[in-house]
Amino acid sequence: MTHPTGAQINRDLLRPLLFTSWRFYLLVAFFGFFVLAGLVAWAAQMTLGFGISGIRWPVYWGFYVTNFVFWIGISHAGTLISAILRLVNAGWRRPVTRCAEVITVFALLIGAMFPIIHLGRPWLAFWLFPYPSERLLWPNFRSPLVWDFFAINTYLTGSILFLFLPMIPDFAVIRDKATGMRRRIYGALALGWRGTPKQWHRLESAMQIMAIAIIPVAVSVHTIVSFDFSMAPVPMWNTTVFGPYFVAGAIFSGIAGLLIAMALLRKFLHLEDYLHPVHFENLGKLLLVMALLWGYFVFNERLVTYYGNEPAEMTVFWQTQNGPYAPLFWTMVIGNFVLPLILMGIKRFRTITGCVIASISVVVGMWLERFLIIVPALSHKYLPYSFGIYRPNPVEIVITAATFAAMALLYVLFAKFVPIISLWELKAGEHPSPELIPPATEEHRLGDLHL
Amino acid sequence: MARWGMTADLDRCNGCGGCVVACHAENNISTVGPEQASRGRAKHWIRVERYWEGDFPDVKLKFRPTMCQQCGNAPCEPVCPTYASHHTEDGLNAQVYNRCIGTRYCANACPYNARFFDFFNPSWEKPLQLQLNPDVSLREVGVMEKCTFCVQRIRGTQTTAKAEAREVRDGEIQPACVQACSTRALVFGDLEDPESAVSRLSRSPRGSKLLEDVGTRPAVTYLARLTDEI
Repeated sequence: MTHPTGAQINRDLLRPLLFTSWRFYLLVAFFGFFVLAGLVAWAAQMTLGFGISGIRWPVYWGFYVTNFVFWIGISHAGTLISAILRLVNAGWRRPVTRCAEVITVFALLIGAMFPIIHLGRPWLAFWLFPYPSERLLWPNFRSPLVWDFFAINTYLTGSILFLFLPMIPDFAVIRDKATGMRRRIYGALALGWRGTPKQWHRLESAMQIMAIAIIPVAVSVHTIVSFDFSMAPVPMWNTTVFGPYFVAGAIFSGIAGLLIAMALLRKFLHLEDYLHPVHFENLGKLLLVMALLWGYFVFNERLVTYYGNEPAEMTVFWQTQNGPYAPLFWTMVIGNFVLPLILMGIKRFRTITGCVIASISVVVGMWLERFLIIVPALSHKYLPYSFGIYRPNPVEIVITAATFAAMALLYVLFAKFVPIISLWELKAGEHPSPELIPPATEEHRLGDLHL
Repeated sequence: MARWGMTADLDRCNGCGGCVVACHAENNISTVGPEQASRGRAKHWIRVERYWEGDFPDVKLKFRPTMCQQCGNAPCEPVCPTYASHHTEDGLNAQVYNRCIGTRYCANACPYNARFFDFFNPSWEKPLQLQLNPDVSLREVGVMEKCTFCVQRIRGTQTTAKAEAREVRDGEIQPACVQACSTRALVFGDLEDPESAVSRLSRSPRGSKLLEDVGTRPAVTYLARLTDEI
């Protein structure tokens, strides 16, 4: 395992910012095309009517709300993991934190689009905001959708601050190296950073406060998202297990998303010296723990329903066990539990490739999990006369694909304009020198801590 | 203050569907055509649910006219973020179309699936557009709509009664479905008045509420069927 020095860190990690290859434009064009297709699909839905989607009576929530819950779940990768690793001062976190935190911000931005996309009249979405209107009408504070609005906005604001704070010293480094227009932009972003001990101290305090504050916010966000379902008297929705179940699932899918992003960055930006197999192994162990926790929650939810044997709930229960939704259910169980357990449980498979395969299966499985929570319950709700099966239409599939492309596009652009690994934190871990590090960050060297 | 309620006598209902047609005509409910209807876009504020019992050839057919139950404890109301779905003083679950932004949360929360979404702007096959009711607003694409107990008739009759300085008489208000019911299976009236026809019927030992165990406290009482012939 090599340990790059300060000058090499600058050279390696600033290379994507200062030099642009044709591959960058190709990637932007490729992902941009899908994002554009998604926007066209949404515009078509607004002009032609919501009827071009597959939503029907009685399944009024489908792909869009699935995507909403899924992306808010993915957003739990970053900030939560990075905050916990910062608080326990895990040395191996240093190259991981920023690419994790940025997933949070982008996944939240994408997820927060869906409550608007799925509205019947999205041009009136601002009625969800508590603004002083001339009619003195406030949003209904009893509605979980209004709680969502506050929870997501709090988390988004917190995550952006949490992402931005440790970027300030790096912006200063780029400002000092760049010329012309770049120098002015990064100079503005660096907020007058000079690297004085007082500034370091303030940065460190601010990050400590944010790391502590963001953890309860992250946990509450997905609990509140789960309230969208558990507050309604719908069979298999109205259950108290949803809060922790959703939070566990969110962290689970978040780690998987982070592992995929890290593997791609390592390959395409040639960061082999910075993202070591030990990072993947450690996160792989975390993925294993979350797979077990997720398995426990699913088993718990199913077993309690089965023993309760309430007719309306059992109707929905059997839809997913051996009814029309059973193939999706068992795919989910394999993707979320069996495969990660084998790949992450056996040390020989806990390689970078193994982690990526397990992560992809978890991402697919977690998307299916959200779908299987929402749709079967609505399509088999109480009165048998009103049962109906939901199938997505092209518009929903295009918009769903566009969100994945949007995530990739935002990530590519971010990696182009900001060092994807925190320069100063990496240097602080490598070369403890008084002018670079505040005393609080003295700790283990990179890779020495084998959790 | 009145509390409006209805009884549906399942012994009298012969499943003719007259209530459904009357409701469409009274409330300007747009028709969507067979293709969209097969995709689950039909809007029937009242529907006649059919349930078959037994195996062929000994099949028994049962009907249940189902509409918004105007719940006393309605799941659709607290979940609406904009107060489009709210409770009136006389116990109706009102739906303010202009306030609705189309989250469709109310429809998901409704155990009776009594709420319908406007997937397209309203249109009617000719010459149905000539019979639109001027007392009922049209709903644009993207809002939820549902049975109102014909609130326009309730308010109209209340206004007339007030102008004539008298109380609303029992049976004076008839929602379109009640008026059209040829077997008089549906009865509408004030549940606060113990002497009204609907009050007396809802106290019948045959009476029960639909999905009572969900805890919605519906204003509609179903009178159980005692005969087996159709």
